[in-house]
Amino acid sequence: MTDTALRLSKPETMRSLIWRRFRRHPGAIMGCIVLGCIIVAVTLAGLSPYDPVKSNLIERYQPPSISHPMGTDALGRDLLTRVLYGGRVSLAVGFSVMVITLVIGVPVGAIAGYFGGRVDNILMRITDAALALPSLLVLILLSAILREVDAPFLKSNPVLTIAAVIGLLSWMFVARLVRASYLTIREMDYVTATRALGANSLRIIAVHIFPNAIGPVIVEATLEVAYAILEESGLSYLGFGIQPPTPSWGNLLSNAQDHMIKYPWLAIFPGLMIFLSVISINYIGDGLRDAFDPYKVLQKIGDV
Amino acid sequence: MGHYVVRRLLQAIPLMFIVSIVLFALVNLAPGGPLAGRGLSRTMRPEQAAMLKHQFGLDKPICVQYLYWLIGNDWTRPIGENPKPNAGIFSAIVACLDPRSYLNSDSPGVGKGIIRGDFGISFRTRKPVIDTIGSYLKNTVYLMSVTLFIVAILAIPVGVLSAVKQYSIFDISVTTLSFIGQAIPEFWLGLILILVFYGLLKNPLNGEPLLPGGGMYTLGIGFSLIDWTKHLILPVTMGVVGWVTWYSRFLRSSMLDVIHQDYIRTARAKGLKERNVLFKHALRNALLPLVTIFALDLPYIFAGSLYVEILFSWPGMGRLYYQAALDRDYPLLMAILTLGTVVVILSNLLADVVYARLDPRIHYD
Repeated sequence: MTDTALRLSKPETMRSLIWRRFRRHPGAIMGCIVLGCIIVAVTLAGLSPYDPVKSNLIERYQPPSISHPMGTDALGRDLLTRVLYGGRVSLAVGFSVMVITLVIGVPVGAIAGYFGGRVDNILMRITDAALALPSLLVLILLSAILREVDAPFLKSNPVLTIAAVIGLLSWMFVARLVRASYLTIREMDYVTATRALGANSLRIIAVHIFPNAIGPVIVEATLEVAYAILEESGLSYLGFGIQPPTPSWGNLLSNAQDHMIKYPWLAIFPGLMIFLSVISINYIGDGLRDAFDPYKVLQKIGDV
Repeated sequence: MGHYVVRRLLQAIPLMFIVSIVLFALVNLAPGGPLAGRGLSRTMRPEQAAMLKHQFGLDKPICVQYLYWLIGNDWTRPIGENPKPNAGIFSAIVACLDPRSYLNSDSPGVGKGIIRGDFGISFRTRKPVIDTIGSYLKNTVYLMSVTLFIVAILAIPVGVLSAVKQYSIFDISVTTLSFIGQAIPEFWLGLILILVFYGLLKNPLNGEPLLPGGGMYTLGIGFSLIDWTKHLILPVTMGVVGWVTWYSRFLRSSMLDVIHQDYIRTARAKGLKERNVLFKHALRNALLPLVTIFALDLPYIFAGSLYVEILFSWPGMGRLYYQAALDRDYPLLMAILTLGTVVVILSNLLADVVYARLDPRIHYD
C-alpha cells in the first residue's frame, strides 16, 4: 500500500513510467542489446579487410577459420563481410517498411476514426479491399514484375522498391489500430474541450489525440520491422527480392542452397542472423506491449 | 444469422469484383508479358510471336481481355454471321471497346469466363487451368491437413499445461521456445532440416540419407505407407513449428482467462476430476477465440505452404504459383490469385460466423 501511496504522491510522467516498465522485461532488454550489437556490426561492415562483391577464386569454399570467421562462398568472398553488408540491406528494408506502413496507416486510420461517417466508410472499404488480397501471392507477383521494369530509379534503389512493395501490403493493420484508438479517444471530454477552445480538426488529430493513441501503434510498428525482415528474406530467397551481387540475408541463403550439404556454413550463418534480429525485435515488441498496456498498470496497482 | 451470412456474401461480390480488376491490371500491365517469360523460347521470330499473341488474345485491349476473362468470349462471332438476338448488347459493348477485335476475330471464342467457372487455358501447358489446379490443390490439402493435425495435437496439450502450470519451468521454456519458433525463418528451418536429416544423418542399415530431401514419394516403387510417411516428416516439421508455437501461446493466454472464472471453481467444488475440469469445461471456452484466429489464419497457412512446397519440391499450389510467376502464365496466375482472394474473404466471413455460432452472447443483425 505504501508503495502505491508514494507513487501517487509523486506524479510520474507517462514516458518515465513506460520506460520503467520496459526495463523490467528481461527479454526486451536482451533484445535491445542483441539488436544493438547487430546494428553496430552492420554499420561498421566497411572496416572489414575483404570486399563484399569482388571474387577471389583461390579462397573458394573455405570453412570457418580465424581469418574467415564464417568461411567463404563459391567465389571466395568472405561470408562474414557479405553477411554484414547483407544485414545493412535487410535491416534497411525492415525499417523502411515500418516507416512506409506508418506514413500510410496512421493518417488513414486517424482520418477515418476522427471524422467517422462517410469518410470512414470510404477509407475502410479501401482497407478491406487491400486486406482481401492474398498478400504473399501479390507480394511475389509485384516483385516479379518490378524485377523486370526498366526504370533507373527502381534499379538503383532496390531496398526502397522492395520496402515499398511490402509496405503497400501491410499498412492496413496499422490503419485499423489507429482508427480504433481515434474512435474511442475522440469521444473523450478533453477533445470536446479542445474543440470548444477553437482548435481545428487537423490540430486535434495531430497534437491532441495522437500522443494518446500512439502506444499500440509503436508496438505494431516494432513487430512490423521483424515481419518485413522475414518477408524480404523470403522473397530474396525465392529470387524475387534483392538481386545479387548485392547481398541480403535472403539471397545469401538462396545462393547457399545448391552446395549446402558440402558447405553448410553458407546456409547456417545468414539464417542465424535473420533469426537473431527477428527474435530480438519480437522481444522488444513484447516488452513495449507490456509497458504500454493500460490493464497491466491497473493490475500492478491492484497487486500492491 | 442466415440474413447476416447472405448480406456478407452479397457485400463480398463488389469486393471480389474490385480486387479482380486490380489483380488483372497488375498481372497484365507488367512489362515483358508472357512471351518474355521463361516458358517460351526467346529465339522466336516476330511473326510467330504475333501469332501466339493473337492465339492468347493478348493483342486485344486490356479491358476486352478482362471482359473475356470475366464472362468468356464464346458469344463473340466472326463477322458475317448473324448475331444471336440475345447477344446483341454484348457484341455492341465489345464493338465499342474495340472494333478491331470484333472484325478480326476469326473464330468464335470458347472461353466461358471465370463467372461460369472457366479459368481459361494455361499458356504454358495449353491445358485447362482448372485441371492443373485440381491435381496440385489435392497435394497441398494433403500436406496441410497432416500439418494442421499435428499442430492441433501438439498445441492443445502444451497450451493447456503451460496455462495450468503458469510460471513453472515448463511454462517458461514453452514461452521461450515459442519466441524462438516465431522468429525462425520458415525456409531456413527447412534448409537446416534438410542439412541435418538428409545431408548429415545416414541410415545405419544402408548408408542412405535418413530422410528424403524432397518429393511426395519415391518414384517407381509403387505405393508404400512408410515411403509416403518418410516424405512427409521434414515438410510437415517445417510447417508445424511456426504454427504450434503460435497457437500454444494463444491457447495459454486464453486458458488463463478462463481458469480463473467462477464456473471453473464450481466445477471443481462439485468434485469433478481435474482432467475433466480442464479439458471439458475450461478448454471448450478457451478454444472459442482460437477458432476465430484459426479461420483468419487460413490464408496465411496456405501461403506459408509456398515455401515448404518450393523447398521440398512438393507438387502443390504454392509451387505451381511460383512456377506460374516465373513463366508469366497469366491465366494460371489469375486463377490462383482469384482463388486466394476467395479464401481470404471466406475465411474472414467464417471467422465471424463461427464465433457467433459458438458464443451465444454474440448477435449480428
